[in-house]
Amino acid sequence: MDITLTLNGKKITDQIDPDLTLFDYLRSKNCYSVKCGCETSNCGLCTVFFDETPVLSCSVLAVRANGHKITTLEGLQDEASEFIGFIADQGADQCGFCNPGFVMNTIALLRENPDPTDDEIRQFLAGNLCRCSGYEGQLRGIRTFLDSKKSR
Amino acid sequence: MITFQKYVKAENLEEAYTLNQSKNNKIVGGMLWMRLSTANYNTVIDLSGLGLDKIEENETCFKIGAMVTLRALETNKSLNDYTNNAVSTALKDIIGVQFRNLATVGGTIWGRYGFSDVLTVLLTLDTYVELYKGGTVSLAEFASMKYDRDIITNIIINKKACKCVYDSVRIQRTDFPVLTCAVSRLDGEYRIAVGARPAKARLYGDDEAVLASGITNESAALFAEKLAKQVPTYSNNRGSAAYRSQLVKVLTERNLIKLGGLM
Ligand SMILES: Cc1cc2nc3c(=O)[nH]c(=O)nc-3n(C[C@H](O)[C@H](O)[C@H](O)COP(=O)(O)OP(=O)(O)OC[C@H]3O[C@@H](n4cnc5c(N)ncnc54)[C@H](O)[C@@H]3O)c2cc1C
Ligand code: FES
Ligand code: FES
Repeated sequence: MDITLTLNGKKITDQIDPDLTLFDYLRSKNCYSVKCGCETSNCGLCTVFFDETPVLSCSVLAVRANGHKITTLEGLQDEASEFIGFIADQGADQCGFCNPGFVMNTIALLRENPDPTDDEIRQFLAGNLCRCSGYEGQLRGIRTFLDSKKSR
Repeated sequence: MITFQKYVKAENLEEAYTLNQSKNNKIVGGMLWMRLSTANYNTVIDLSGLGLDKIEENETCFKIGAMVTLRALETNKSLNDYTNNAVSTALKDIIGVQFRNLATVGGTIWGRYGFSDVLTVLLTLDTYVELYKGGTVSLAEFASMKYDRDIITNIIINKKACKCVYDSVRIQRTDFPVLTCAVSRLDGEYRIAVGARPAKARLYGDDEAVLASGITNESAALFAEKLAKQVPTYSNNRGSAAYRSQLVKVLTERNLIKLGGLM
């Protein structure tokens, strides 16, 4: 099947199998930030933006991206760089495998709600699983970032 | 992951329905549940081009298209004002935001899943399922119907004087619920739904008029105790039948007390 989509700002046309997932398609386009942790729609590692909406790319058919805009972390480096240092400073990540999904969904959260409470952060990021940490480091990192923005 | 040879974005419901009459073909909603299977289909039928992704409201009802996402339901202000946020409370722990941005109301109601938070809360509202060929049936009736090859087009929630409360117990956020419970008062009539028993949610009323003179701490406790004896519960790796029956009592009592404004 033919699809045309805008991937990280670039318009591309491709031929794909009808049952190819968006996850597999994006990996084939060298978007290696997009990772697969579960394949059961549970972990959030494969988060990308479908137009402006965060979705699980492992659970979307690539063909459904036809005519849409797909953005991965590769396309959001500037927006991510504002806060990833704060998360690293808290020693939040250990293996770091969950990090790209976390960062993508944090961007989605902050676009929707620029000044979230701790509970709102926990609620929005609940679908991003981390097998190494207890989530407190990520929460502290985001909180420190938000506090530092206010004091600027 | 499912596999298939052909993908058709249906241009109208008749085309989707005709294709869906073959056992080798399958309607796709958000695909989250379907993808867990390893079935092979000839054709997957996508309804996403049919304008079924809208929540419409008029003075008498909400009309929710089958392709509306769970996240759109969760964040719809009007529906949540109408249900005192019971709908958003029921949805907020289903996996994560990215998941709920994909899962559809049609796939959710079609599945009639035994663990469904959504089925539980919608049963306590005056909810109807609009089928392409099968007419409009109450959600309670739909929940007990056999799976056929029809298509859900819309879910209709008729407006009444409504107050609704929802709660569930989960071992941890984002896991399947151990028990779900919703209570409502619609035009003065009490409705109580209990799900994740672990079996499909069931709807109960105040048949013995325990709440007829209003909700007090005592009437709520008595009602909950009687209901816990009536609701069939079973055991699985999330909890035993005895534990679930205890939860039926606790959640029903707690929800009734909230409904009565006593907490
Ligand atoms: C890992 C996981 C955890 C979950 N946890 C919970 C939970 O805790 N609580 C909860 O309430 N739910 C939970 N769910 C269920 C979820 O919320 C959705 O209800 C489910 O994924 C189905 O929605 P879907 O859009 O993905 O449907 P799909 O997977 O696309 O379809 C499901 C079925 O419905 C059929 N179908 C889809 N749309 C229509 C239509 N319009 N007409 C006729 N048939 C149709 C399909 O052919 C298929 O048979 C979970 C699901 C998963 C995968
Ligand atoms: S790989 Fe997509 S949710 Fe885990
Ligand atoms: S740091 Fe290892 S999974 Fe999160």
